[in-house]
Amino acid sequence: MSILASNFAGISSPNPFWLASAPPTDKAYNINLAFEAGWGGAVWKTLGEDPHPVNVSSRYSAHHDMYGNLIGINNIELISDRPLATNLSEIRAIKRKWPDRAIVVSIMVPCKEEAWRTMLRKVEDTGADGIELNFGCPHGMPERGMGSAVGQVPELVEQVTAWCKHYTRMPVIVKLTPNITNILQPAHAALRGGADAVSLINTINSITGINLDTFEARPNVDGYTTSGGYCGPAVKPIALNMVSQIARNLDTQGLPISGIGGITTWHDAAEFMVLGAHNVQICTAAMIYGFSIIDELTDGLTQWMRNKGYQALSDFIGIAVPHITDWKYLNLNYKTIANINPDACIGCGRCYAACEDTSHQAIQPSIYKNQKIYSIIEEKCVGCNLCEMVCPEHDCITMIAQENKKPYLNWTQHPNNLMCEKKIEKVTA
Amino acid sequence: MRQKINFSNTVTDNNYYFDDIEPPLTNKEAMEEASRCLYCYNAPCITACPTHINIPNFIRKISTNNLQGAAESILEENIFGGSCARVCPTEILCEHACVRNTHPESNPVKIGLLQRHAIDNLQGEYPFTRKSDTNKKIAIIGAGPTGISCAHKLAQLGHSIDIFEKESKVGGLNEYGIAAYKLVDNYSELEINKILAIGNINVFTKKTLGENFFLDDLLDQYHAVFIAIGLAKSKKLNIPGELQPNVLDATCFIHTIRQHQVQQNLNGKSAIVIGGGNTAVDVTVQLKKLGAGKVTLAYRRGHQHMSATLKEQQLAQLHDVHKETWFNPVKIAPLTNKKLAVTFDIHIPETPKETVTLTADYVFKAIGQNLSTQPLFKNNQNILSVQQYRIAVNDNYQTSLPGVFAGGDCISKGQDLTVYAVQQGKEAAENIHAYITGN
Ligand SMILES: Cc1cc2nc3c(=O)[nH]c(=O)nc-3n(C[C@H](O)[C@H](O)[C@H](O)COP(=O)(O)OP(=O)(O)OC[C@H]3O[C@@H](n4cnc5c(N)ncnc54)[C@H](O)[C@@H]3O)c2cc1C
Ligand SMILES: Cc1cc2nc3c(=O)[nH]c(=O)nc-3n(C[C@H](O)[C@H](O)[C@H](O)COP(=O)(O)O)c2cc1C
Ligand code: SF4
Ligand code: SF4
Ligand code: SF4
Repeated sequence: MSILASNFAGISSPNPFWLASAPPTDKAYNINLAFEAGWGGAVWKTLGEDPHPVNVSSRYSAHHDMYGNLIGINNIELISDRPLATNLSEIRAIKRKWPDRAIVVSIMVPCKEEAWRTMLRKVEDTGADGIELNFGCPHGMPERGMGSAVGQVPELVEQVTAWCKHYTRMPVIVKLTPNITNILQPAHAALRGGADAVSLINTINSITGINLDTFEARPNVDGYTTSGGYCGPAVKPIALNMVSQIARNLDTQGLPISGIGGITTWHDAAEFMVLGAHNVQICTAAMIYGFSIIDELTDGLTQWMRNKGYQALSDFIGIAVPHITDWKYLNLNYKTIANINPDACIGCGRCYAACEDTSHQAIQPSIYKNQKIYSIIEEKCVGCNLCEMVCPEHDCITMIAQENKKPYLNWTQHPNNLMCEKKIEKVTA
Repeated sequence: MRQKINFSNTVTDNNYYFDDIEPPLTNKEAMEEASRCLYCYNAPCITACPTHINIPNFIRKISTNNLQGAAESILEENIFGGSCARVCPTEILCEHACVRNTHPESNPVKIGLLQRHAIDNLQGEYPFTRKSDTNKKIAIIGAGPTGISCAHKLAQLGHSIDIFEKESKVGGLNEYGIAAYKLVDNYSELEINKILAIGNINVFTKKTLGENFFLDDLLDQYHAVFIAIGLAKSKKLNIPGELQPNVLDATCFIHTIRQHQVQQNLNGKSAIVIGGGNTAVDVTVQLKKLGAGKVTLAYRRGHQHMSATLKEQQLAQLHDVHKETWFNPVKIAPLTNKKLAVTFDIHIPETPKETVTLTADYVFKAIGQNLSTQPLFKNNQNILSVQQYRIAVNDNYQTSLPGVFAGGDCISKGQDLTVYAVQQGKEAAENIHAYITGN
């Protein structure tokens, strides 16, 4: 068995890379191509009740960086716009053709027990491996009382999850919306409702830009747009944070997590997994590059696991979680200082502009081998990382941890903290 | 017999090493270059690579910090990925097809240099294993890129291979022919050691087909025979004065400099190189790098007819090589000062014919190679069919004799380039496998 073999909430797949519920999983044709390319599983594009929704044209818009790379996309597409019966018969055929791959069906119906019961019976009949409850779609569907309108109300999340657990034997994955202040509340609600797992994140409310000649935004539908769902590389930090919150919170710890949001490379995937995701789902990267990236994803993860000596995914899932803690437990006596390698410095002065104007005036111009370069004034450096971040040269600025022999001291113990706790204990998780 | 080349009359106070003509990319350069690849669908660069390396795939592995995986992707299709990255004329192959050649960048992704970056950073052995033993034995004649590539694929498939090689070292033209600034130091040897580490390949050097053994002997002992002897005989000019000292074979000259780590200074000596292909350019550039004075490249037709690629021609120009076109040599005569006088007819179309004479210390012939005319069979009866002066084969690399296959420079298929040699060796191996296992 491959070292990438995955078991997520009882659903097995040859690797932990699933396609997220979205256009790439809209129909049998796409999913066939994906499985031929080697994807481990797919969450079918969200199914709703008949009559099926209708979509607008155009549907997506882009957020490019200065070099023209796509760092995020926004969409105003609804759930599946094909008849339910068509989707169900294709799901059945795909599962029969690809028994070793995970086929999970995403569902969104109104918050009525009977609606869920009816849909679950139909989906279960296809032989699918599990269901994912779409409580996340931020556009269109919430106006009809579904999607993120449900995901933002923990009571509803719990209620619908409980219905699903009652009416099906399939594993129930609850997909969470990031359009909420505290992700732990819906995650905990899902757990209370009996969810087998959560998946996150769905897309984030967004407008990617305005045309300053027409004053219209994209995606442009006859001169108008609406708030759309944002995803792709730019949302990864938000998703990673939310995944880690659920992984390290005492109430939700151990709940299997399917990590989603901006995953583009094997490296991104590994980061989600060490922060507690048991598998990952990908949408935008597949939409940008096509299905063949699965080869680079699986090969990259395999090579990394080999280098690390890991035999199975379980060897590293969650191992970075203990390194995340609350601010109040950070060591206030830890000190790091920037160091500029004079041989690598090209004298661009970006670090100086950053530190001089906006930080701690800890950088000065200097001369080295007759060249104008910059150097650090160590006494003034607070170790903020800003200069290291703006420096265009690799291995030029490094942050160096200082050996100051001071003991661990956190905010709960600090004299400036008037609520200073008497008991001194080091807490890491 | 190979000519002996003697530079004892040159001053030796100043020695030369051959450095990489194109230095390797640094990590940062490789990351930046890799990020220029568009990850094309059905990428034209893959089709343009004779070995069909999955180029977008390996480049994406580089840009996602997976150098090991990148190298493995390359080697899977091209076991000589390391030397091909250095010697391929990418300007007429993969990089020619790269979509980045078009507006607005007009600069292809540097596929060759990225390929080198991946292979150079591969840790440990080449990642290949043999299938279980089939107890089938195959004889391969010639240990150039074609023979070694075939041997490696056959070993992977579980067969046992004996290679018979004329020279004392393996590698063929990788070892003895490629310009010293393309494959520096003993790269060829190091690479082949890694390839042969797969096992079940025995190499017998200093064994020449037609002298030490014959095809008849092999056919009794092996399930199949693969001929990969390249083109061992240099073409002649067939003009008066060709056989005197200091009229040298280009390939022999390169052979000599390739076998010495440190080179002697040519100390301003002049040379005329006759030919218009990449080999001719290779010689001119190597002469200049060894300190030669005036070096003239004399070609019998126009520069648009030269088979040397534009990039190679520019390289010669960069090294201050004089190029003369429409120069057709008719006679070489010795002068009293030990120099040589070469007389050329100048045949520019639609202009009156002229005659000029150039003098130089050396004349190099770089007008191509032919199949050696050594007998292949004991009874001295050459019964392998020949086509366009090379061994004739069908689509499956089968010669006119059952069980005897041939590939590489010695057959009339593909171009005479290392990368075609590798591909033909690989394809021939698959056909030989099918032949001996009956499927
Ligand atoms: C000077 C020169 C420069 C070149 N530069 C480039 C370049 O930059 N890039 C590029 O892509 N290609 C280049 N080429 C072409 C490339 O080297 C060849 O296409 C390639 O090496 C062919 O591989 P091969 O294995 O078929 O033949 P070879 O490499 O010629 O190998 C044949 C082997 O068979 C052995 N052999 C010959 N006769 C016998 C016999 N009777 N018995 C036993 N063994 C025998 C030879 O010793 C040799 O080892 C160059 C060629 C030359 C001549
Ligand atoms: C065009 C588009 C349509 C989507 N449709 C759905 C959907 O029907 N159901 C759903 O649960 N998520 C949907 N999503 C969200 C994705 O499944 C995923 O959660 C999100 O895009 C974040 O992952 P990514 O950064 O890899 O794209 C959609 C995303 C896009 C771009
Ligand atoms: S990607 Fe295909 S469907 Fe979409 S706009 Fe372009 S051509 Fe039309
Ligand atoms: S940003 Fe980096 S390269 Fe530029 S001056 Fe500062 S240290 Fe030197
Ligand atoms: S053609 Fe050029 S840009 Fe496209 S995949 Fe090949 S190397 Fe990359």
